[in-house]
Amino acid sequence: MKKTYKIEVDCANCALKMEEAAKKVEGVLEATVSFMTQKMKVEFTEAADEKAVMQSVLKACKKVESDCEIFLD
Amino acid sequence: MTKKQKKVLYRIIAAAILMLVLPFIPAEGWLKFALYLVPYLIIGHDILRKAALGIFHREIFDENFLMAVATVGAMLLGLYSEANGMEGEFAEGVAVMLFYQIGELFQAVAVGKSRRNISALMDIRPDYANIEDADGNLEQVDPDEVAVGSIIVVQPGEKIPIDGIVTEGSSTLNTSALTGESLPREVGTGGEVISGCVNLSGLLRIRTTREFGESTVSKILDLVENSSMKKARTENFITKFARYYTPAVCCSALALAIIPSAVNLIAGNPAGWSTWIIRALTFLVISCPCALVISIPLSFFGGIGGASSCGILVKGSNYLEALARTKYVVFDKTGTLTKGVFEVTEVHAAPEFEKIAHGGLLELPKPEKAGTEETADVKGALLGLAACAESYSNHPISKSLKEAYGQEIDKAKVSDIEEIGGQGVTALVNGHTVAAGNFRLMNRLGITPEKDTGVGTVIHIAVDGIYAGYILISDVVKEQSAEAIAALKAAGIKKTVMLTGDNRKTAAHAAALLGVDEYKSELLPADKVDAVEALLAQKGKKENLAFVGDGINDAPVLSRADIGVAMGALGSDAAIEAADIVLMDDNPMKLALAMRISRKCLRIVYENIVFALAVKAICLVLGAFGIANMWIAIFADVGVMVLAVLNAIRCLRVSDETGRRV
Repeated sequence: MKKTYKIEVDCANCALKMEEAAKKVEGVLEATVSFMTQKMKVEFTEAADEKAVMQSVLKACKKVESDCEIFLD
Repeated sequence: MTKKQKKVLYRIIAAAILMLVLPFIPAEGWLKFALYLVPYLIIGHDILRKAALGIFHREIFDENFLMAVATVGAMLLGLYSEANGMEGEFAEGVAVMLFYQIGELFQAVAVGKSRRNISALMDIRPDYANIEDADGNLEQVDPDEVAVGSIIVVQPGEKIPIDGIVTEGSSTLNTSALTGESLPREVGTGGEVISGCVNLSGLLRIRTTREFGESTVSKILDLVENSSMKKARTENFITKFARYYTPAVCCSALALAIIPSAVNLIAGNPAGWSTWIIRALTFLVISCPCALVISIPLSFFGGIGGASSCGILVKGSNYLEALARTKYVVFDKTGTLTKGVFEVTEVHAAPEFEKIAHGGLLELPKPEKAGTEETADVKGALLGLAACAESYSNHPISKSLKEAYGQEIDKAKVSDIEEIGGQGVTALVNGHTVAAGNFRLMNRLGITPEKDTGVGTVIHIAVDGIYAGYILISDVVKEQSAEAIAALKAAGIKKTVMLTGDNRKTAAHAAALLGVDEYKSELLPADKVDAVEALLAQKGKKENLAFVGDGINDAPVLSRADIGVAMGALGSDAAIEAADIVLMDDNPMKLALAMRISRKCLRIVYENIVFALAVKAICLVLGAFGIANMWIAIFADVGVMVLAVLNAIRCLRVSDETGRRV
């Protein structure tokens, strides 16, 4: 399953770091962050609980870039 | 400016005012340090916090860390001098932080602005749909809430929000947001309309055939928005580069701070710690990789945005990059280089028929389209007879005959129709036996047809057992095709190849007309894949092969080629799905334009890489030898970034071959 989230991040390098961090979260198959469109696209593994995974993604991203925001709806 | 950016601006102003006032305050030692600490913390507290968090999370080698180390180092050096009774310098540390923040702010504003510009360019999203209630009042609703089969009303000047069929009204539509073409399109009752077009003149009532999410406009938006998710090789290179670059620079700076002083100490000279530490800090400031990291995705994004405003959808930065490296272009013939519609291209009347016609033996149907000359009348008569004979058929050939004849056929005059499979048709028209079909039909009737016909599908006609002539029907080459191939050649394409299912003769004729280098004829759809595979095997490693098709039953080839380009995709979902690059209208010149955009974009990317790295390398060396001070360091960081961003924004502008802006 794929889902796109709106994000807020200030620099391109930070976006890259968020992408790297998100990829390492369990339950995430693939993650791409577009600094230009301020969007994060996450592909989940089959068994993953999307909400729980996104919470850990947010946590992981905050860790590498404290200023970032992911809007989970 | 966003709220966040405004806050930074206020902090910059406050710190700058303090920095102007502080030199006039007579203070020494710890007091002076404390005074300078105020603007330092105002401007740099978030950087310090981020750097500390970074260390805490073991993400140490980033810009914040570099800036924190450089400025804290500078402050401590000042304090060290003051403590030893010398004049301490605190202004530099604060200034570095101040300029870093100014640069960051400028970058954020510039990037935000260009991002919005590009988004605005691609903003074809309709905000609402009009639904009529029982009293005839219009109500604006979210297009997402409109069910399939509802009637929506589109007033002049509004965007069509959802794909559908016109049930009432007629108008002209501006499709430029989708195709980049300014030629308006006429639409009337029963006509299909595509979302994203702007209604120019009349009120339209439209029965929706799709949900908003499935409509053309949503699909296109989705595609463009996701395009920057697919990263180009260059972008990935920079990511990897930054990963090794920053630690390497930090280690070099550390070495620069320690080794020369240590060597001095061992050699018995004064160590000169402060000199070398300042140089190391300068080195750190210079080295920030932001110029590259920011400008490259921005360039690609600009290129994709510029292309989409011309009706060229690029599904990812990687495809834009690949297109720039394309050396081979393979075209599918039908629907790509040709219109894919069969038209009557030649009417040839045999001398015998002319005699009959002029002798008044035949009651000639009056042709409408023919010219004033008598021969044209004869040809028109021939066309009319063929059209009448074929009038009950729905075959594409009979359709094009009827279209060329251009007038209503009185079907009462046609009788005794007999279709002979694979050969043609015979019928009684106005009391004359008319046979229309291929040479086999003529042979069957014992008639010798003309052999020296042009290229295309030939329909021979016999009237009352006498050979009357032939009509040539062929797929018409698009006006711009030859020009497009010439433009591709001029742009450095090594080889153009045309693939077609047509027979050799037709293919050779079209190939010569278009100026393609090579053609392969009589191919079945599966053969096309093989043909492309063979070409792929021939080409060099760094050369790409693009396949251009119309998206109709060539999906396997589109995906097999390095880049699949679908043409004339307006309204065709299959093409949009299968291709990497989608040309919204069917003008082959767009391919040359896409090529030019991609090359320009890649050129700008390389310019930025070379420029940024060169300036940094020079400044790093100068910094290491103590020639470049903090101010040069700030330029090398912020200045280069600003220049690179400005250069990247050029990608957005698209110009045609003469340099005129499109």
